[in-house]
Amino acid sequence: MEKTDKKVIKKRLEEIGKEIVEQAKSKKVPYIRVPSRTTNNIVFDPKSLCYVIGDKTITRSAGNIRHVKPLAQMLKVASFCKELVEEELKHETKRGLYYISESWGEKLKFDEQPESDNIIEDIEAIIGEPREDFHIIPNPGGAVYGDLTLKFKNPSGKMMKINCLQTADGQTIGPRMSEAEIAECNAKRVIAIETSGMYNRFMEENAHKKFNAILVNLEGQATRATRRLIKRLNEIKKLPVYIFTDGDPWGLHIAMVIMAGSAKSAHINKMLATPSAKWIGVTASDIKKYKLRSDKLKDVDIKRIKELKKDPRYKSDKRLLEELKIWEEIKKKAEQQALLKYGLRYVVDEYFPAKLKEMEKK
Amino acid sequence: MAKDAEVKTAVEMAKEQRSISVAEFFEKNRHLLGFDNPTKALLTVIKEAVDNSLDACEEANILPEINVEIKEIEENRYKITIEDNGPGIMKEQIPRIFAKLLYGSKFHRLRQSRGQQGIGISASVLYAQLTTGYPAVIYSKPKPKGKTHMFHLKIDIMNNEPEIIKEELIDDGLKHTGTKIVLIIEGRYVQRYHSPDEYLKQTAIVNPWAHIKYKSPTGETFDFPRVVNKLSKRPKEIKPHPYGVELGVLIRMLKTTKARNVSAFLQHEFSRVGANSAEEICRLAGIDPTEKPQTLTHEYQEKLLKSMQKVKLMRPPTDCLSPIGENLLKEGLSKEIKAEFITTITRDPSVYRGIPFQIEAGIAYGGELKKEMYSDQATVLRFANKIPLLYEPSGCAITRAISSIKWRRYGLDQSPGNVPRGPLIILVHIASAWVPYTSESKESIANYPEIVKEIKLAVQECARRMLMYIRKQTRVKRETQRLNIFKNYIPLIVENAKELAGVKANIDIEPILDKVIKKDLIDNGKD
Repeated sequence: MEKTDKKVIKKRLEEIGKEIVEQAKSKKVPYIRVPSRTTNNIVFDPKSLCYVIGDKTITRSAGNIRHVKPLAQMLKVASFCKELVEEELKHETKRGLYYISESWGEKLKFDEQPESDNIIEDIEAIIGEPREDFHIIPNPGGAVYGDLTLKFKNPSGKMMKINCLQTADGQTIGPRMSEAEIAECNAKRVIAIETSGMYNRFMEENAHKKFNAILVNLEGQATRATRRLIKRLNEIKKLPVYIFTDGDPWGLHIAMVIMAGSAKSAHINKMLATPSAKWIGVTASDIKKYKLRSDKLKDVDIKRIKELKKDPRYKSDKRLLEELKIWEEIKKKAEQQALLKYGLRYVVDEYFPAKLKEMEKK
Repeated sequence: MAKDAEVKTAVEMAKEQRSISVAEFFEKNRHLLGFDNPTKALLTVIKEAVDNSLDACEEANILPEINVEIKEIEENRYKITIEDNGPGIMKEQIPRIFAKLLYGSKFHRLRQSRGQQGIGISASVLYAQLTTGYPAVIYSKPKPKGKTHMFHLKIDIMNNEPEIIKEELIDDGLKHTGTKIVLIIEGRYVQRYHSPDEYLKQTAIVNPWAHIKYKSPTGETFDFPRVVNKLSKRPKEIKPHPYGVELGVLIRMLKTTKARNVSAFLQHEFSRVGANSAEEICRLAGIDPTEKPQTLTHEYQEKLLKSMQKVKLMRPPTDCLSPIGENLLKEGLSKEIKAEFITTITRDPSVYRGIPFQIEAGIAYGGELKKEMYSDQATVLRFANKIPLLYEPSGCAITRAISSIKWRRYGLDQSPGNVPRGPLIILVHIASAWVPYTSESKESIANYPEIVKEIKLAVQECARRMLMYIRKQTRVKRETQRLNIFKNYIPLIVENAKELAGVKANIDIEPILDKVIKKDLIDNGKD
């Protein structure tokens, strides 16, 4: 799925304004329908295997004392974003938008950032596109390393090409990188790694060559930009995605968000989620099998396992459900780097190939 | 054992024992009359003279016109001049009224007046004499076309008798009938709480029929205008009610009565006692109703008192009271206090210890008070028989009653056991034929449960009305705020929608605004 054309984005933003103008012309109290983002309208779609938004909408009406100000602010934000889209090279962050509102006067400025964040999410839900498309960009985070050539306009507007191997620590994934054109890609798979330590190990052990892979450093919970790039590699280049995390319920859930999206971003999960991605481990069974150095599960960990067992994203995956049960039995967790007890090369030479073989068999 | 030289015999001691003149007593105990310190003394002198002037005017049915001037003639020494347009005083009475303590007409009767004991003004003369040595100068003109009597008076302290230093009949004295007193005293002038300024302002509040002009030591002139041309209802004199009599008083009355028998005594000397009640009292006490009052033994005097207080009687008549009245009190408050809301109430008369009394209360809230208050606590103005009470607030029944109200119920903040916080003034007036002051200097009111209860009820009613007002204000304010939100944002919605859509159109938002506001008023009413 490629980025939606900027003309389409601009038109969708304008339509919000046009609808209000039409209502006002016919002397109706202006209102707008926004797909509801409350939990009771977030449903798990077994077909796409991710959380999506249901068909409930809420009405923000100029006749409602609590809506009238946010509605005016939403239109102002949409106007501002339309200008950004027209300018092409200008982007702003959510925090930046909050400060920009200061220049809109006492009546329209945001008192606190959650107010403007909420309006951004409303606009995402209305036009059905992630905010990157109307130039409200997320913070960078994560990195990509491997034989991947990306083509993009740099911040000054110059067309550039970069090969991710020709970087020192991998290429940081920011908003421009996540939407960059994939000019050349000779890899066969994507390996996403939770911790920077293990990512470094994979780079130094030439894992990208050994597995013919693009390595992605998640740095914990993956940012939207990283998830977007993974999805695009998966969808455009048809690369299978493997996720390698710490051996605890939190690591598993990092993988799950990449696979099925988060509840919070349900309205744009179809832009971000990679349902075919697979979790390599470290699994609960690995802890037993490889006799990994482990810590006792804490109360919060056990609570998290119980929550995840009820989560529809897990219920539909027998393997993951099974692993959650094993954790409950062994009450132990282990980090990725616990595998280093067998030496620096072991994880790339022995563990990962074995796991990969196992996954690709399925 | 002491040395022989120091041993006194009863004979020797008897030589030193003598009666003490009341003037001599007060010379040594001036604090009992409100002259404890120079600040208070200055206030007390003003207060006594002004109270007398107001009493005299009202008794003569004259709308009071009072001029007060305080001049600092040297450090801590003040010349005080108070002049009224009252009926004046007969020449023969002047020396005794001003220069004999405990001389007066008000002590022996049960009728509401400012003065009660006949001490105040002569005590002021005594105080002037003690602190500066100057005699009091009195001018009085009883007849409109007559001459003015002028006296220079001192008090013969040992004998409590007037000493006339100078007496003259002058042509160019007072213009109208009335009385003028000039005193030179030691004192200290302060502003705010205990100042003559505050005292006169408060006096003006509860005497809206009086016109008071005042020139302060700083040379500032104040004019407290008259806002009503009608005096409050004139009080009538009543006889004591049996429930409020003490044994000593009863014994004196039994001795001096002209009634020939006990039954007649009871019916003539007391209020609310008829032939039947008198008979019942005698029967209960085991006294023959035809017995001569003077012949009752002590035992039967006591029995009589007990049965007098046991028999069911009507409450004392209340026409001895002269409340200010709800409307006049409101006028008085409104003219001196710039508040956004003022309410007043006059309760029905009630009785403590057989003595009738009546409570009036008022609350002034908000407006200028939000800026002008000295502290964040409510200001309490206390009055007894139309006299402001400026000292000793903490022990007073009024303060106690106000502090015992749960003010949070009325939307105000309050630390436990205190007066509430907020931009308000609480006024309480007790009118009574005999106000139970806690001391002779008339500074605070004794805590009779009946009195505290009545004060509480009166203030609570005012507080309830104030709460209704505040609630209505907040409702109106909230509605205005809501309307303003719509008025501010609906145009912005349309403007920004036009900008976003990239269209130019002339859209009339008035009909939309109308719809929204009408609907909001209906929906909001449901909350």
